[in-house]
Amino acid sequence: MKSEESEDKQYVGFATLPNQVHRKSVKKGFDFTLMVAGESGLGKSTLVNSLFLTDLYKDRKLLNAEERINQTVEITKHTVDIEEKGVKLKLTIVDTPGFGDAVNNNECWKPITDYIDQQFEQYFRDESGLNRKNILDNRVHCCLYFIPPFGHGLRPVDVEFMKALHEKVNIVPLISKADCLTPNEVKKLKDRVRDEIEHFGIKVYQFPECDSDEEEEFKQMDKELKECTPFAVIGSNTVVEARGQRVRGRLYPWGIVEVENQSHCDFVKLRNMLIRSHMHDLKDVTCDVHYENYRAHCIQEMTSKLAQDNRTDSPLPILPLPTPDVETERLIKMKDEEVQNNHH
Amino acid sequence: MAATDVDIFSNEEKRNLSLGGHVGFDSLPDQLVSKSVTQGFCFNILCVGETGIGKSTLMNTLFNTMFENEEASHYQNGVYLRPRTYDLQESNVHLKLTIVDTVGFGDQINKEESYKPIVDYIDTQFENYLQEELKIKRSLFNYHDTRIHICLYFIAPTGHSLKSLDLVTMKKLDSKVNIIPIIAKADTISKSELHKFKIKIMSELVSNGVQIYQFPTDDGAVTEINSSMNAHLPFAVVGSVEEVKVGNKAVRARQYPWGVVQVENESHCDFVKLREMLIRVNMEDLREQTHARHYELYRRCKLEEMGFKDTDPDSQPFSLQETYEAKRKEFLGDLQRKEEEMRQMFVNKVKETEGELKEKERELHEKFEQLKRMHQEEKRKVEEKRRELEEEMNAFNRRKVAAETLSLSQPLKKDKDKKN
Repeated sequence: MKSEESEDKQYVGFATLPNQVHRKSVKKGFDFTLMVAGESGLGKSTLVNSLFLTDLYKDRKLLNAEERINQTVEITKHTVDIEEKGVKLKLTIVDTPGFGDAVNNNECWKPITDYIDQQFEQYFRDESGLNRKNILDNRVHCCLYFIPPFGHGLRPVDVEFMKALHEKVNIVPLISKADCLTPNEVKKLKDRVRDEIEHFGIKVYQFPECDSDEEEEFKQMDKELKECTPFAVIGSNTVVEARGQRVRGRLYPWGIVEVENQSHCDFVKLRNMLIRSHMHDLKDVTCDVHYENYRAHCIQEMTSKLAQDNRTDSPLPILPLPTPDVETERLIKMKDEEVQNNHH
Repeated sequence: MAATDVDIFSNEEKRNLSLGGHVGFDSLPDQLVSKSVTQGFCFNILCVGETGIGKSTLMNTLFNTMFENEEASHYQNGVYLRPRTYDLQESNVHLKLTIVDTVGFGDQINKEESYKPIVDYIDTQFENYLQEELKIKRSLFNYHDTRIHICLYFIAPTGHSLKSLDLVTMKKLDSKVNIIPIIAKADTISKSELHKFKIKIMSELVSNGVQIYQFPTDDGAVTEINSSMNAHLPFAVVGSVEEVKVGNKAVRARQYPWGVVQVENESHCDFVKLREMLIRVNMEDLREQTHARHYELYRRCKLEEMGFKDTDPDSQPFSLQETYEAKRKEFLGDLQRKEEEMRQMFVNKVKETEGELKEKERELHEKFEQLKRMHQEEKRKVEEKRRELEEEMNAFNRRKVAAETLSLSQPLKKDKDKKN
C-alpha cells in the first residue's frame, strides 16, 4: 500500500502531454501548401498524383508550342481535403504553368516570388489584426523544383530560379523523369547538381540534424537520406502488373519501372521525407525562418518609410496592397474627397 | 550544269528505236558510280538540340565510331556552331563526313536570338559555294562542299508537344536545309505515350507550316520503304556506345535496373529506321535536294538582291558578266563620289579650323597691344608721380635750408637787443 501511495505521489501526470497534443491536433486538422515548379513536360503533375495517390489534374488543357512562345507564368491552386486514420489534411498544391516555357524567359520567376510574398503579407496583416481567431495560413511550406535529367547539370534558368526563391521558401530540388538515366548516370548527375548548388550558393532545404541520443539505425537512415539528395524521381498515373502484384509503374518493352521500388528511383525516400517525417519541420522552417525574415524586413522598411511619412494616425501602418482593385481605389478616392470637403 | 533536270527529249518527236544488238551504254550508271567512288563522297550533318540531349552519342552510334568530343557546359553566353570533319572508309568508299554541333543551344534564359548563328552558318556555306561558282577560274569538282545536307533536330522527350524554341527554330530553318526531327532519349517514353507524342508533334509542325524532309516516294525501288518510313516520323531514338550482353551476344544497349534497352531492337526504338533512311537509302537524295532546292533558292535570292534579273524588258537575255560589269562600274562610281565628298568635307574643315586659328591669333595680338598700352600708361603715371615727388623733395629741402639760416640769424638779433 505504502509503495503505491509513494508512486502516486511521485507521478505528476504531465507525461500525458504528448497524448493531449496528439488528440487536439487530430481534432484541429492539418494544412500543408506545396508548390511545384519546373518546365512543362517534366512530370510534375504525375508526381503529385503519385505522392498523394489521387488525380488532381483530371481535365487540364495543355498549351501548344505556338501558344507557349510568349507565354507568361500563371499561378494556379488546387485544394483537396484528404483523410487518413482520422487525421485530416487540407492539402493545397500551387502550380506554376508556363515557367521556363517561353522563348524569352527573363525574370519568369517573378510571378512566383510575388505570389509567395503576397501570402506572407496576407499572413502578416492577419497576424497583426484584431480578430485572430480564424487565420488562414496560405504560406507556401515547400517548393519542389524539377530539374530536367536530359542535361549535364543545372542550367542558368534553374540557378536563377533557386537563387530568387531560396530565402523565401524551402526548396527541395528533384531530378525528374529519372527513368532515362542509368544508375551511373544518376550518381554522376546528383554529384554534379550538389556541387553546382554549393558553387552558386543556393540554400536548399536542409534536413535537421539528428539528436545525438537517437538510435544508430535512425542515424544511419538519416545519413543515407541526406547523401541521396537531390532525389531522382519517377511518377506514374497508371497501375501495372509486376512480379505478381499491382503497382504504380511504367510499362516499357524492355521492362517495368516501379515507382515504389527503391532500387529504381528515390520516390519512396521523397514521400517519406516530405510526408511521413519532415512535413511538420517544413512548416516550422517556413514559419520560423522564411516568414520571420520577411516580417523583419517588412517592419524595417515601414519604420524607415514612417520617418519620412507623417501618417502616424493608425497603429498599424497601412501596407500598399499588391494588386489594388481599380474600382475600390476609385471609391476610396471619392470617399476621401468627401471627407475632406465635409471637414472644410 | 543546269540545276533543274533537263528533259533532253522534250522538244523533239520521240522515236523509239529497237537495238539490233548489245551496244553497251547500259554501263553508264556503273561508269558514273566508279567515277564518284574514285572522287569520294562528302556529307555534312548539322545536329541541333539542347545541351546534353544526346547529339554526340547518337553520332557515335550511327557511325559506329568514337568521334572525339568534350562534354559541353550549360553556361555559354550564346549559341555557336562547332564543325568537325572526319575521313571515314567502308569497303572501298571514302566519305568525308562533317558533323556540326550547336553548342549552347537552349541554355540561355532569353532564347530569342538562338536561331541566328545556325541560320548564319548555313548561309555562309551556301555563300562560299556561290562564290566558288561565280569565279572565273573555278574548280567545282575539287571543291570541298561544306553545305549542310541534313539537319537532325533533337526534340526533348517531354511527352507533351514541341517546345516553343523548337517551333521557332524549325520555322527559320525549313527553307534552308532538309530537316529530320527526332525524339531524343526516347527510352523515357512508354509506347502509348510515344504514339500520342508523335501525332502531336507532326500536327503542330503541319499547322505551323514547317516543311520537314520527306523521303522521296517517286524512285521506284525505294518508294515503298520510304513512304512507310514517312509515317514513322519523328523517329524516337536511343543512342549508346556501351555494349551489354543479351543472350549470348554483346549488343549496344543501355542497362537499367528494370531492363536493357537495345539500340538496334526495332521494338525498343527507331534507331535502325533512322540509320536506314539517313545513311543506307537516302543519303544521295539528301545531297541532291540540298543542291537542287535549298542552294538554288539561296542563290536566286542572293542574286536578286544584288539586282540581277534573268531577262530585261526587251526580253533579251542578259549575260551575267555584263550585268556584273555594270554593277561594278556603278559601285566604283559610288566609291569615287564618296571619296570626293570626304575630301571636300576635309578641305572645308581645314579651312574652318584655319579661320578659327587666325581669329584667335588676332585676338591675342589685340590683347597684347592693349596690355602694352596699359603698361606704358602706368609707367608714365609713375614717372610723373616721381617727378612730383622729386620737386616736393627739392622744395622741402630749400625751405629747410631757408628755415635753418633763418633760425641761425635770429638768436644774434636777440643778443643784440639784450645788449642795448
